[in-house]
Amino acid sequence: MMNKAYQFIRTREAVMRGLFLFCASFSILALGCICFFLFLNGVPFITKVGIANFFGTEWHLANASYGIFNMIVASIYVTALSTAIGVTVGLMTAICLFKFCPKKAVFALRQMINLLAGIPSVIYGLFGLIIIVPFLRDYLSPNGVGYGILSASIVLAVMVMPTIISVSLDALNAVPSSYYEGALALGATKEQSVFKIIVPAAKSGILAAVVLSIGRAIGETMAVIMVIGGSPVMPKGLFQSVRTMTANIAMGATELSGDPATALVATGVVLFVFTMLLNICFSLLKNGGKQ
Amino acid sequence: MKSKAHNRQILRYRIAKWLAFTAFVLCILSLIAVLTFILIRGLPHINSQLLFGNYGKEPSIKPALVGTLYLVLISVLMAAPIGIGCAIFLTEYMKTSSRFVSIIHVAVETLAGIPSIVYGIFGYLVFVVALHFKYSLIGGGITLSIMILPVIVRSTEESLLAVPRSLREGSFALGTSKVRTIFSVVLPCAASGIVTSLILAIGRVVSESAVLILTIGMVVNKMPESLTSPGTSLALDVYYFGSHGYPEQAAATGVVLLILVVSINILATVLGKKFGKGELANG
Repeated sequence: MMNKAYQFIRTREAVMRGLFLFCASFSILALGCICFFLFLNGVPFITKVGIANFFGTEWHLANASYGIFNMIVASIYVTALSTAIGVTVGLMTAICLFKFCPKKAVFALRQMINLLAGIPSVIYGLFGLIIIVPFLRDYLSPNGVGYGILSASIVLAVMVMPTIISVSLDALNAVPSSYYEGALALGATKEQSVFKIIVPAAKSGILAAVVLSIGRAIGETMAVIMVIGGSPVMPKGLFQSVRTMTANIAMGATELSGDPATALVATGVVLFVFTMLLNICFSLLKNGGKQ
Repeated sequence: MKSKAHNRQILRYRIAKWLAFTAFVLCILSLIAVLTFILIRGLPHINSQLLFGNYGKEPSIKPALVGTLYLVLISVLMAAPIGIGCAIFLTEYMKTSSRFVSIIHVAVETLAGIPSIVYGIFGYLVFVVALHFKYSLIGGGITLSIMILPVIVRSTEESLLAVPRSLREGSFALGTSKVRTIFSVVLPCAASGIVTSLILAIGRVVSESAVLILTIGMVVNKMPESLTSPGTSLALDVYYFGSHGYPEQAAATGVVLLILVVSINILATVLGKKFGKGELANG
């Protein structure tokens, strides 16, 4: 009797362990599947149409020209500009929250910023569409076009700010307070110790925030397609309808089929490779910060 | 001379401080502006036709509400068991420093870093092209479940690690098996943390739209009949209305979405705080 009960418990233990192991392996499996499907569909297409064609500057589906070079450039432009704005303002805000704000306000503000980090990107896109695009068109744009790199960058900068603030605030908080006190004891003012001692000491965490926001900006779709315009041309100015890689995928998604649809998949492969490189940078920085 | 240079330096850092203040104000203002403008433009246009009417001449978000509900159900029902199981295996069966754990961690981090549009392409290739599901809610839901897996794994793992070792040892000392210990001691202790992680995951599903544009077809005017029919979600409706000449309805839908997401997040924060307090009492 006893033995049978033990047998049952033993089997149950083994089965459950197997199940948990399967669950744990699922994430590897899923990642493998994603890579497999993307590359299986995208890479043969790139070699079929030719690398020169695919990375060329002409996107003209009727001529079977699938050049995404302009879109890569547009993606890089938007990402660089939005990160520059977002990181400058976000980092300064984090520094302000770190030392120059009343402690009680910091807690409330952090809660609010965490809440804002959860707002759907499509809301930011809508904000850009109904507020920023008309504003730029009426007041700032020299050619009467509100869509384009500047609107997309502003929207993205506002969108990534909460992330930048909370990651770099964590980095600043992780600096031992003895650094700050030591600087004060040596006669530095409060501001000097923050800017000269604490910020450099939190460098790797802040860099991680930058890389994270670059990753989010380059992969963001919905907020961008609502304000970017969408012409697949080479970006020449801030106020001009252009198209990023993500916008290319989302705009063609519901309409195209056959070869053009596969071209979108191939665009996705390029985007995937870009973000993977950024992820590697991010984890290197994060681990570097720990040591 | 020296003191003059010194004073100048002090002044320079004062200026930097005021710049930081300016940036801070700018940042808070811009974030408030996003919310205020969406509310101002959207609130007057929320009416019963938009919320519950049938989609005719005037747009309605009823199909989107149903679609969103379906997507949340499918993706959480899929991802919760797998994510919690994964976290259990990592914390209860493996040493935290083992190689397998770090490999899984890398995989989970990588999944978290993939842009949602790439998930969309994946879902499109698997469900629309390879499996011939056409655009369907189930395809979108399953794709989303992979996307929210990292959220669930990470925070469940954290809350499992926070359960004191002594509880497990006590249970083992009473002769309880490992599986029994996990289900009747460890999981109940970590329950509120796990629920918080599931709520956060629901928040992700509700706010996601780039995945869905490629997998569920953005059919805004028809009620989904079953899980295999194409559909729409709230976030997708915001995009659709916004880019097809209904900015007012888009803002109104945006308000509904905003209220939903913010209340989900507040719920998660409140539960998370409760969980944190419980930890203090235990430790």
